Amino acid sequence: MQYHTPGSFEDAIAIASFAEGVTRFLAGGTDVLVQLRADIVTPDNLIDVKHIDGVTKIEREDSGWRIGIAVSGAEMSEHPDLHNEWPGIVEAMDLVGSTQIQGRATLTGNLCNGSPAADSVPAMIAAGVSVSVAGPNGTRKVAVEDIPVAPGRTSLEKGELISAVHIPARGSDGADAYLRFIPRTEMDIAVVGCGVNLRRDGKTITEARVSLGAVAPTALLVEEAAEAIIGTALDDAALETLAAAASAACNPIDDKRGTIKFRKHVAGVLARRTAKIAYERAGASI
Amino acid sequence: MSMVHVTATVNDDEVEFLCDPRETLLDVLRDRLGLTGAKEGCGTGDCGACSVTVDGRLVCSCLMLGAEAEGKSIATVEGIADGENLHPLQEKFIEHAALQCGICTPGILVATKALLEKNPDPTETEVRYWLAGNLCRCTGYDKIIRAVMDTASDLRKAS
Ligand SMILES: Cc1cc2nc3c(=O)[nH]c(=O)nc-3n(C[C@H](O)[C@H](O)[C@H](O)COP(=O)(O)OP(=O)(O)OC[C@H]3O[C@@H](n4cnc5c(N)ncnc54)[C@H](O)[C@@H]3O)c2cc1C
Ligand code: FES
Ligand code: FES
Repeated sequence: MQYHTPGSFEDAIAIASFAEGVTRFLAGGTDVLVQLRADIVTPDNLIDVKHIDGVTKIEREDSGWRIGIAVSGAEMSEHPDLHNEWPGIVEAMDLVGSTQIQGRATLTGNLCNGSPAADSVPAMIAAGVSVSVAGPNGTRKVAVEDIPVAPGRTSLEKGELISAVHIPARGSDGADAYLRFIPRTEMDIAVVGCGVNLRRDGKTITEARVSLGAVAPTALLVEEAAEAIIGTALDDAALETLAAAASAACNPIDDKRGTIKFRKHVAGVLARRTAKIAYERAGASI
Repeated sequence: MSMVHVTATVNDDEVEFLCDPRETLLDVLRDRLGLTGAKEGCGTGDCGACSVTVDGRLVCSCLMLGAEAEGKSIATVEGIADGENLHPLQEKFIEHAALQCGICTPGILVATKALLEKNPDPTETEVRYWLAGNLCRCTGYDKIIRAVMDTASDLRKAS
């Protein structure tokens, strides 16, 4: 295994483009090292992205935020303003692992590892987050929902890496939330995860995005669920339709952590609860 | 396999070592630097027995490469006592019998020292969440939590 520490994205792209065999990027390493040590994936080339200029910064960008690809979950939680604007994203990332894992794990790593149960991914999809993908042919912006294509696989091509995460402007009268179900209170993988982001005008919801994790091969953007609450005051009927749409969107597997039937049910329950939190955070009362 | 040359600070001492790029920081600490305080319980980030701080941030040394330590400042359990004088946390762990086999103890001491530096007045719930990634198979945690709460209260009185 060759260990590389490029100082710029150009160098990282050049190394990745010409690398033979298996290539991995090293952000926090909390997935890469587990896979390396368990002999699941031993990269031929490991490209540490933490020496690239600017990757450890959280910065304002077009009234939204630009999160560097090496920013850890702990740094996101400690940021004075990020949580006020995007509590759902910050809390979703904070659910990843323990204090020790938080010291290293990144949003980008969580996304690019490609786990269907990755906690930050539904929160980012609901929030409308996009990423810059840098490669030999330049840089393009891609919506988070278009990055994972199957468990463990992303749409990134050889030589490409994510160079930044872009969180949109919060704007007024809006808020987001993320909830997951696990059988314990800490240190477990989501059986279902749900992200909701919405905006209201008075009591009426004018915009919404709903995303579900761990219920399909990749995290889902569930448009029917969003439509169920747009134009409503999140009354019981709207919540009922929302829950049904969330359950119907699921295409889960049966495993030791949850059966198909259970996961579908929980998706509906979590969608209701998450939407209520987002609605209240947006300043509305039910 | 080319070895990586690394210069870092461990418990305030400058160290230099050569390591295989696949070696973890935990392997380096134990096998190259002779610091066997950090333990390998799982090697997968679950148990926290390998906890150290890197530039003040609590991490699992089993999930970091030795090569990544270049230029970093690492603190392990060996640096907690001041010569023969135990750190208040270490004294309280003995007083409260907060350890049995002791495998988890170095990691828990490093983790709780980091907590008290960040938050000198934690609630019991905060201590338990902070330590969610430090497993103990012996004590049932209660004595650990009591030792930490007691230390925190003593340190607050002393300051
Ligand atoms: C004990 C433990 C508990 C955990 N609990 C959770 C949990 O509750 N929820 C959860 O979702 N996850 C959990 N995880 C998984 C892991 O911590 C997260 O997925 C984490 O966010 C990964 O980030 P990282 O920076 O460590 O990624 P790394 O391990 O550094 O990288 C992960 C993947 O992303 C790729 N990658 C990294 N950066 C880039 C880039 N810039 N461009 C392109 N590809 C890139 C790498 O090639 C690799 O394939 C847990 C892991 C452990 C060890
Ligand atoms: S040995 Fe590192 S967490 Fe268990
Ligand atoms: S004292 Fe034995 S594992 Fe904690």
